[in-house]
Amino acid sequence: MAPIAPRSGDAVFANVERVNAELFTLTYGAVVRQLLTDLEEVEEVNKQLDQMGYNIGIRLIDEFLAKSNVSRCVDFKETAEVIAKVGFKMFLGVSASVTNWDADGTCCSLILEDNPLVDFVELPDTCQGLYYCNVLSGVIRGALEMVSMKTEVTWVRDMLRGDDAYELKVKLLKQVPEEYPYKDDE
Amino acid sequence: MQFFGGSDISPSPPVTTGSGDNGHMMYIFNRNGVCLLYREWNRPLKTLDAQQDHKLMFGLLFSLKSFTAKMDPTSVEKGNLGVPQLPGQGCSFHSFRTNTYKLSFMESPSGIKIILVTSPKTGDLRESLKYIYNLYVEYVVKNPLYTPGTPISCELFNTTVDQYVKNLA
Repeated sequence: MAPIAPRSGDAVFANVERVNAELFTLTYGAVVRQLLTDLEEVEEVNKQLDQMGYNIGIRLIDEFLAKSNVSRCVDFKETAEVIAKVGFKMFLGVSASVTNWDADGTCCSLILEDNPLVDFVELPDTCQGLYYCNVLSGVIRGALEMVSMKTEVTWVRDMLRGDDAYELKVKLLKQVPEEYPYKDDE
Repeated sequence: MQFFGGSDISPSPPVTTGSGDNGHMMYIFNRNGVCLLYREWNRPLKTLDAQQDHKLMFGLLFSLKSFTAKMDPTSVEKGNLGVPQLPGQGCSFHSFRTNTYKLSFMESPSGIKIILVTSPKTGDLRESLKYIYNLYVEYVVKNPLYTPGTPISCELFNTTVDQYVKNLA
């Protein structure tokens, strides 16, 4: 039996259960709104969104792997492409592009032209420091950590702040090798 | 998933034609060696305590995997035996068979290992393991009350797996 090729983002997207985009966007908006009320500080909200994303990411990775037939993630370059083309497509219905690789291939940018999270959103003056989509950076960080890649994900461009696209910088800090988990004396 | 119209789990399960009752036991481990689930259907042997048994099984797979990678004649670069590898690096085995049982093994890049021990006459179970992985996603990972990395106590998952394995060929 030959290994099955990974499925394309479109193929997976066509087969998964979807919810109405407007419901999704408004629900996310309500969550951010509530966080702003509860935490008051914009910085705290950014942190909380990132943490929520992380918690989503560590679960979402298994669904991603199960449905996309991706069987290995060793090469960071390949992994970034798969996130952009399959991952974003599968869960958000949009695809991203990967650019700005640095010389040693450990840092790149994911660029989103279209972002369903921000329909209907306009940042008021009081929330200028808010990274509205910070949940996304958490998701990517959490998901990659589960496949043994420690990363740092930061926003470079944000359309809500007047830029022309959404750009996430993903930096690979470390790949953790698999070790025997039990101690000898146990 | 069940809340929005109850679609079937995709992909649908591989067709089984067997008479059933071939399963002996199943283990699910995560990367840290925690046994998330142990199901037993037919296992007269009871000499080890459960924790020892799980550790032994995990150790067997871990070592066997590094041996198989070490003996790979097609790859140029390989570290010394026992040197930790990155997940997904090197080759891996998917089953072995003795005269009394067959062990099928699947590992996801996220470190989830699914082990199914069946009667030696069962066929290729790779698709079936993938299906069980899909069940794990639907019933366990998507359960908001489940804490990742802890043993699974989800009745619905157990019964679904039991039923599925019962009919394996």
